[in-house]
Amino acid sequence: MANELIGKDFTPPDLHGKVTGRARYAEDFRADGMLFCRLLTSPVPHGRVRDIDASEALAMPGVVAILTADEVPEIPAPGNPILTNDPCYVGEPILAVAAVDETTAQDAIEKIKLDLEPLPFTVDPLESLHPDGPNARSDGNTIRPREGVEELKWTVEDFAAAAEGQLPMGEPMVEWSYGDVEAGFADAALILDESFVTAGTSHHSMEPRSAMAYWQGGKCFVFGSSQSQSFVTPGLANYIGIPPEDLVFVAEYCGGGFGSKGGAYPVMSIPAHMAKKTGRPVMMRISRAEENFIGSARAGFQGRIKMGFREDGRLTAVDLYIVQGNGPNSGFGDFNSAAGAVSLVYTPPAMRFRAIPILTNTPACGAQRGPGQNQIATAVEPLIDKAARQLGIDQVEIRKINAPTNDSLYGSRRSSITSAHLREALDKGAEQFDWAAKRARSGRRNGSKVIGVGVGSAFHSAGSSGFDGLVRIAPDGKLHIHTGVGNLGTYSYAGTSRVAAEVLKCRWENCELVRGDSSRALPWNLGQFGSNTSFTMTRTNYVAAMDALQKLKEIAARDLGGRPDDYDVGNETVFARANPSLRLTYAAAARRAIQLGGKYSGEEAPEDIHNMTKAAVRAIAGTGLVGVARDNLGRPGTVPALATGFVQIELDLETGKVEILDYVGVADCGTVLHPQSLATQIKGGAVMGFGMACLERHVYDTQFGLPGTVGFYQTKPPSYLDVPLEMDWGAVDIADPDNPVGAKGIGEPVMGCAAAALLCAISDALGGHYFNRTPVVPDMILNAASGRTQSHRPLQVNTQ
Amino acid sequence: MLKDMMPHVELFQPADMDNALALMGRFGSDGWALAGGHDSLAWFKDRGKRPSALIDLAGISELLGIRETSDGIEIGAMTTLTEIELHPMIRERFGLLADAARCVASPQIRNSGTIGGNVCQDTRCWYYRLGVGCYRAGGNTCYADTPEAMNREHCLFGADRCVAVTPSDTAPALIALDATMVIRNGQGEREVEAEDFFMSPGVDITRMTVLNPDDLLTTIRIPNIWAGAHFYFEKVADRNTWDFALVSVAAAMKVSGNRIQDARIACGGVECVPKRLVGVERLLKGSLLTEETADAAGAAAIRGAKPLNYNHFKIPLMENLVKRAVRSA
Repeated sequence: MANELIGKDFTPPDLHGKVTGRARYAEDFRADGMLFCRLLTSPVPHGRVRDIDASEALAMPGVVAILTADEVPEIPAPGNPILTNDPCYVGEPILAVAAVDETTAQDAIEKIKLDLEPLPFTVDPLESLHPDGPNARSDGNTIRPREGVEELKWTVEDFAAAAEGQLPMGEPMVEWSYGDVEAGFADAALILDESFVTAGTSHHSMEPRSAMAYWQGGKCFVFGSSQSQSFVTPGLANYIGIPPEDLVFVAEYCGGGFGSKGGAYPVMSIPAHMAKKTGRPVMMRISRAEENFIGSARAGFQGRIKMGFREDGRLTAVDLYIVQGNGPNSGFGDFNSAAGAVSLVYTPPAMRFRAIPILTNTPACGAQRGPGQNQIATAVEPLIDKAARQLGIDQVEIRKINAPTNDSLYGSRRSSITSAHLREALDKGAEQFDWAAKRARSGRRNGSKVIGVGVGSAFHSAGSSGFDGLVRIAPDGKLHIHTGVGNLGTYSYAGTSRVAAEVLKCRWENCELVRGDSSRALPWNLGQFGSNTSFTMTRTNYVAAMDALQKLKEIAARDLGGRPDDYDVGNETVFARANPSLRLTYAAAARRAIQLGGKYSGEEAPEDIHNMTKAAVRAIAGTGLVGVARDNLGRPGTVPALATGFVQIELDLETGKVEILDYVGVADCGTVLHPQSLATQIKGGAVMGFGMACLERHVYDTQFGLPGTVGFYQTKPPSYLDVPLEMDWGAVDIADPDNPVGAKGIGEPVMGCAAAALLCAISDALGGHYFNRTPVVPDMILNAASGRTQSHRPLQVNTQ
Repeated sequence: MLKDMMPHVELFQPADMDNALALMGRFGSDGWALAGGHDSLAWFKDRGKRPSALIDLAGISELLGIRETSDGIEIGAMTTLTEIELHPMIRERFGLLADAARCVASPQIRNSGTIGGNVCQDTRCWYYRLGVGCYRAGGNTCYADTPEAMNREHCLFGADRCVAVTPSDTAPALIALDATMVIRNGQGEREVEAEDFFMSPGVDITRMTVLNPDDLLTTIRIPNIWAGAHFYFEKVADRNTWDFALVSVAAAMKVSGNRIQDARIACGGVECVPKRLVGVERLLKGSLLTEETADAAGAAAIRGAKPLNYNHFKIPLMENLVKRAVRSA
């Protein structure tokens, strides 16, 4: 079937609002009598609130209320709290003040007397693992899965067993293996045993997580900054302390989340609690500095990897150990994802993995674009180059010989995958980049500048299943596609909705996307995270459209004779294949559906759909032909998104500066849904990856637990002038067999592959100097180029 | 700690110098002269500085513009960096300053940021900016010079209870051009050489320049001494825009044939004040333009550098930039 819409560019319906400024983000909403609230945040890395004296603040004109941790639901440890009396990082919200304006609220905060007992703290996991090291929380320094916080210390012998600069490897929290690891190393012609550090980084979403809330008619209305829509509702309702059906959640636009706004997050509920307390609408605008603290962070790694290679470059075995700087709370399982990525991107026949997350008094961690997969790409890809250099193999070839195929297995459970075309991506990228010619120029000098080239690959699992689709053909013949996925900002909510129009052969101009507000009858969908939307939402929209298609045919057969299978659709009509003049327009069919009622108009709904979808169907019942279904299509395994990037740089040995001359990114994302959007993902992901590789990191003073990177000018995301103005992209465009339109997600690995490729290019320019650390900043390059020792100790974290 | 919420403050918008100076005199250290605001507003939003009165200089026409004088040019302190960057006379005679102005921050900031603000701005030591009570903030310690301190961006020279560095890109250029700063207060006008305009912590740790609370920097005069000389400016920062220099170099050289007749050279990012490299200048004067001269200049530049925990990379960086300046001649 030739596609009319899939694979074609289009203008997403929310684009004009973004360009003109009419788009409403969370802080653009207003309500009569609205108060503003500001947060009092912790000035210390770890402490305990002994007393709060707000009497002077509350007596100030214009100050309405304060809200403390004692007045909001307590989130069981180690979850992220809404407000806390036990702050575990500088910048953690302790209380909120509501006033008639923000200046008054901030003035009031200055008048609050906070009696805060300082407690021991740490920003370095290895320090906390020492027998006499400090713990980030009073109840421990690590988290046992499904059990909670506990204290775990390594022994002095564990530390002594590691050579200088090597990661000690004491008792892990997680351990698995497959294959015969020892035999693999015994068979190896080359073994690398390398310790490494990857930096923690702030998400620093462009739009801070502002939120507004009010209560009306027994319901709580929240206007929030969110990547996701339906998926957020149960969690946010729980933070507010109401049943999900009593929450109206509005999230039309999102100015970036990168994972930090994928699910419900506790601080979004603060205005709701304050609105309840004051009886007035409350706006909480989050500042840039506050966003740095409460806006989540990527976990950093202190790791060690041992890899065995045959002479031809094929891996024989991998032994990976990761100590994860987890932030003070539950964090995210980056370490597990990192191990999964290694198991798939390099397909080692035998692998052992051990890891432990260690709590730190740094901002709470969460998933950040490729959480774990991208850190490990930046750590391992340069080491693959190191092996290639020692074995005399081309960098692309060593990646191809280890790359996964459709038959490869994933992770500790050795689960099957739906499709993998990394080899094809490497081939396509090598050709598009002209790898052979560019590699020949590697090392070429121009004054103090030297050319380097690099290739990098990355992975993320990119698809889920079991969610619901909902469409409605209105009596005017318009196709309404109800999408509860959210609007992360990538346009994939729109690209995936086009599947419903494709199935129903409906003009895109005749479609209306219903979204952005939970009161608009939205189905139960997964959130916009984990690169899953393209896979998951094409399926839900497909099954809903197929349900509508079947109902169209049944109505036609009922009214025009014959059997449903005798009918087809086209030009927004349903017609008899044998006699196309026997036809019903979609408008007429919708009107008949209303007359017929039952399943046709949503008076009845399938049993297996989520309660939220059932409520949505009830809300639109009787208003048109309703197509609704749960995605029960099979999914036999993990859905791999794979990407590879090629970089050429010029590195100045006298300044440590790197100029990126060329970039090509190639995606294995199945069938391309929306080329423009894919190009934006590949290029935008690369920009973020370049930042990860060479600029961004958390800096903490270990003596005071103070953050050195708060504002954008300190965290330094890449600017226009730090990336090539022109970047090239491509896609293998081979359909995934387990998606009805062949699509897979891609958003995350397109960052990791670019970061890895850039780091590889830097090491190449330096003739094979491997830093074993991300980011690589100019001072590190300069020190390496001038033969000086680095300022940081090998396993030190949060350094400048 | 950072608040991102400006308190209320009284705003004055004088239309002429007399009124501005009267206000400066009246409020003294409680007043704050406001130029482009890029440094000032960040302080106010973080509530790290709490003046009771802002004296906005934007309405004073005599502080604007670039004028030719009998022996050079003068630049009003409120002239924007963009104007300096693009001004034909500055580009023709004093390209060093245009090049330095072009390296400041970002185009948006240069469009409203002023030359006066750029040379008067406060240091960017992250501890100080975070609001800790260091010596410079009136406290009794330096957080950036401890055994564990993160001081990659801090100084190589002149540490004296403070290891912060000058953040200005235009200041080293003005020193290399032998500029003069014109300062006025209610009592009158005085002139200070650019090199002497900046305050080392050993003299007064609480301010970055010689300006007293009632002083205004009104004009910057650049004599024709170095007009049309060979210039070299280079700034190395982590990012290529919107970033402060790790190290910068500004050099003016008069070259005849293969010989350097005279040179003035200064570096940013290595000391609390822009560091004029007098030793390098002496070495260069009369030297042949050779790689050996460049090497000797680089070595002379870093003599006496005392690195901190994380900034020893600035030694080769400064050395290399000075060498590049000489090689460029």
